[in-house]
Amino acid sequence: MYEIVEKKVWFNEIKEFKIKAPLIAEKQKAGQFVIIRINENGERIPLTIAHKDLDNGTINLLFQEVGKTTMDLGRLNKGDFIMDISGPLGTPTHIERYGIVVCIGGGIGVAPLHPIVRAMKSAGNNVISIIGARTKGILIYEDLMRATSNELLITTDDGSYGRHGFVTDELKNLIDVRKIPINLVVAIGPPIMMKMVCRVTEPYKIKTIVSLNTIMVDGTGMCGACRVSVGGRTRFVCVDGPEFDGHQVDFDEMIQRQRQYLTEEKIAVERCKHK
Amino acid sequence: MTSPNEEEKRPENEKKEKRPKIPRQPMHGQDPAVRIRNFDEVPYGYTDELAKLESSRCIQCKKPFCIEGCPVRIDIPLFIKKIKEGDILEAARVIKRDNCLPAICGRVCPQEDQCEKVCIVGKKEESVAIGRLERYVADYEAKHGRFEMPEMAPKTGRKVAIVGSGPGGLACAGELIKMGHDVTVFEALHKPGGVLVYGIPEFRLPKAIVQREVDYLANLGVKFMMNFVVGKIRTVDELMEKDGYEAIFLANGAGLPIFMNIPGENLNGVYSANEYLTRSNLMKAYKFPDYDTPIKRWKNVAVIGGGNVAMDGVRTARRLGADNAYIIYRRSHNEMPARKEEIEHAEEEGIQFRMLTNPIRILGNKDGWVRGIECIKMELGEPDESGRRRPVPIKGSEFEIEIDAVVMAIGSGSNPLVASTTPDLKVNKWGNIIVDREKTGRTSKKGVFAGGDIVTGAATVILAMGAGRNVAGAINEYLVYKAIGW
Ligand SMILES: Cc1cc2nc3c(=O)[nH]c(=O)nc-3n(C[C@H](O)[C@H](O)[C@H](O)COP(=O)(O)OP(=O)(O)OC[C@H]3O[C@@H](n4cnc5c(N)ncnc54)[C@H](O)[C@@H]3O)c2cc1C
Ligand SMILES: Cc1cc2nc3c(=O)[nH]c(=O)nc-3n(C[C@H](O)[C@H](O)[C@H](O)COP(=O)(O)OP(=O)(O)OC[C@H]3O[C@@H](n4cnc5c(N)ncnc54)[C@H](O)[C@@H]3O)c2cc1C
Ligand code: SF4
Ligand code: SF4
Ligand code: FES
Repeated sequence: MYEIVEKKVWFNEIKEFKIKAPLIAEKQKAGQFVIIRINENGERIPLTIAHKDLDNGTINLLFQEVGKTTMDLGRLNKGDFIMDISGPLGTPTHIERYGIVVCIGGGIGVAPLHPIVRAMKSAGNNVISIIGARTKGILIYEDLMRATSNELLITTDDGSYGRHGFVTDELKNLIDVRKIPINLVVAIGPPIMMKMVCRVTEPYKIKTIVSLNTIMVDGTGMCGACRVSVGGRTRFVCVDGPEFDGHQVDFDEMIQRQRQYLTEEKIAVERCKHK
Repeated sequence: MTSPNEEEKRPENEKKEKRPKIPRQPMHGQDPAVRIRNFDEVPYGYTDELAKLESSRCIQCKKPFCIEGCPVRIDIPLFIKKIKEGDILEAARVIKRDNCLPAICGRVCPQEDQCEKVCIVGKKEESVAIGRLERYVADYEAKHGRFEMPEMAPKTGRKVAIVGSGPGGLACAGELIKMGHDVTVFEALHKPGGVLVYGIPEFRLPKAIVQREVDYLANLGVKFMMNFVVGKIRTVDELMEKDGYEAIFLANGAGLPIFMNIPGENLNGVYSANEYLTRSNLMKAYKFPDYDTPIKRWKNVAVIGGGNVAMDGVRTARRLGADNAYIIYRRSHNEMPARKEEIEHAEEEGIQFRMLTNPIRILGNKDGWVRGIECIKMELGEPDESGRRRPVPIKGSEFEIEIDAVVMAIGSGSNPLVASTTPDLKVNKWGNIIVDREKTGRTSKKGVFAGGDIVTGAATVILAMGAGRNVAGAINEYLVYKAIGW
């Protein structure tokens, strides 16, 4: 059992928990995730470790309520317990001194991006971060990102804050207008955003790392539910990833596979709402 | 000439026609038409009367071959004698001297290839139903027996870590705790039991039985750490150096799904048997939406393979509502490695067998879902290394089957997670951990032992259990008597 020691409601559907999990905190590296199961009847779902506190032995999970499990999760409060948390899972981000690194986060993808920004910065990189959201109200982690990045750029789809447009617009600006010699791009967000970022960087041959969020069950390489095609080879996101060379990822296949349980997810949400 | 003395020494099994012929007693169970609508266990098990009757079929051989056929050498004639005498709890004690998981083995052991295969009665008629009797005894004990504290050696204070809570890990833990050691089982998933809980379906092995065994070990003092992926939260080296474990038993099983590498395998509706069965068993997706994990209730499902895993997959698909549930297997009926009983049960349940058939391509529709599978007919050629006749494709015999989903059950490899994070642990080219010849389970790394599927490749419950027990003995000798070293 893992205790929730703090709850922060960012917005209606975006919440963050600080959870007591000292062993996991001790081992966590940027890019890794956990798999949680709320209760006996629960599903196993992956969430990225957005932050850790070694002194207090806690990890932070930030999530968006998109279906039954995340909605159930959002109903928990400080002092409640999560039944199972397994982790840290996945291969940590490869951190080295690349030079100029652009870190791009879309939506709640900013949370998992944050530890990577920190690690890249500590490794001596010059980190330019671009974060984007639909609208100003749902932008998360702005202060944290500003504090850890050398430069922070913000976009909103509706123009309510920062540049009016998408994160890819800022990225194009960095490349074409400011002529910044980018050594590496890291992008985390909705699959379509990551796909678009890769489309921008590919012609310039800028190495682009993306973090994939496929459907998972065990998270240890046992079931193959999380498989994706990368460079024509089948890889398991939970152990070989979650980060891959974005130019090699078959995003269309991945997006298709994410939709496998749409019918069932709708049924689950309906029941959940009536609780 | 035979003297009266020699006459006495003659094994009883050679005396002819001394008893009235009693046929092998059947085990009644759910009707196929009923059971394909539920996930309850199929056979009900023997009643007291049937068990007694069946036990009387054993002729109490002086040289019992059946014991030789059992990998853990249970004293079969003795436990059967106790049934005959009506002392079922004593029968349970006899079995438990050699097999700590009788309720499980009585259900899932390939008896027809082991103890029952060599039973002398089987030479003339059907062999004694040893497995069914074992199951009867274990179930009787669970119902009527009281918790008996086994003899426990004084505490040694030596810490042993066991990685994996399958039959290998559980058996090893049970022995080591009785030897007085401080035992912790580390398990990656949220429930202990290994394949017994995530792979083998409820209708063949009720999960309450596995839980009972785990509770028993916990009562003896075994600690269980769930959600603990060794290699991630802790490496083997850290367990030894940081956490002070003096010996480690690796029983992490053969948990790596194998795909065929044919086109279309990443289409929606293609699953590894591990995923399909884990969803249904461990996550209880067959009870969706009462349980949160979803599973698709396909109407036409093809399961590729011919082993126990394939049978479990296809029978699960049928129970989830498939009108057409196929087994597609590249060899013939005779070569199917699944247990006979499972194949028979599958046939009764209306599973369609497509033998001598090999998939070459999975076909998808425009939205990326499976719509069919293209197969080729096979014929049996010359025997291969395994002695089985090699299936060879018949040119031009390609054909399609319309299906909505495919479950791959063509075997499983060894998961590299533990080995790849333990640099000085030697593995063979298939990733199986190499242990020394003397059956101690010693690996190349000091203080580290291994056994079960991770050593042998996918095998059986009883072999993993036997390995766990052997290794417990070796660990004890290593820790206490220093009789085993590196
Ligand atoms: C490595 C990784 C890290 C992630 N990190 C975060 C994070 O930090 N914060 C966050 O909010 N979300 C994260 N996600 C996504 C999160 O796991 C899903 O939002 C969640 O599983 C949805 O479950 P649900 O029952 O609420 O919704 P559902 O209605 O069940 O599903 C909504 C969508 O989520 C996806 N999904 C469903 N079930 C699973 C599953 N078992 N595993 C993975 N995806 C699933 C599907 O694409 C589905 O269409 C991460 C995913 C992965 C793979
Ligand atoms: C569907 C199916 C049906 C079967 N039917 C039969 C049958 O009828 N009869 C029969 O005799 N055999 C059967 N078998 C085979 C039998 O189940 C196995 O041979 C046996 O379970 C092996 O036991 P084990 O202890 O070696 O490993 P497993 O039972 O595989 O247990 C290994 C455990 O280790 C855990 N683990 C793995 N990696 C880690 C890690 N890094 N850290 C912590 N824990 C880890 C796993 O989660 C798992 O719980 C079947 C197998 C399957 C898959
Ligand atoms: S453990 Fe298996 S092989 Fe041994 S007696 Fe029981 S059923 Fe037979
Ligand atoms: S079970 Fe068979 S082989 Fe064993 S003692 Fe009885 S008759 Fe003999
Ligand atoms: S989630 Fe099962 S193999 Fe990745």
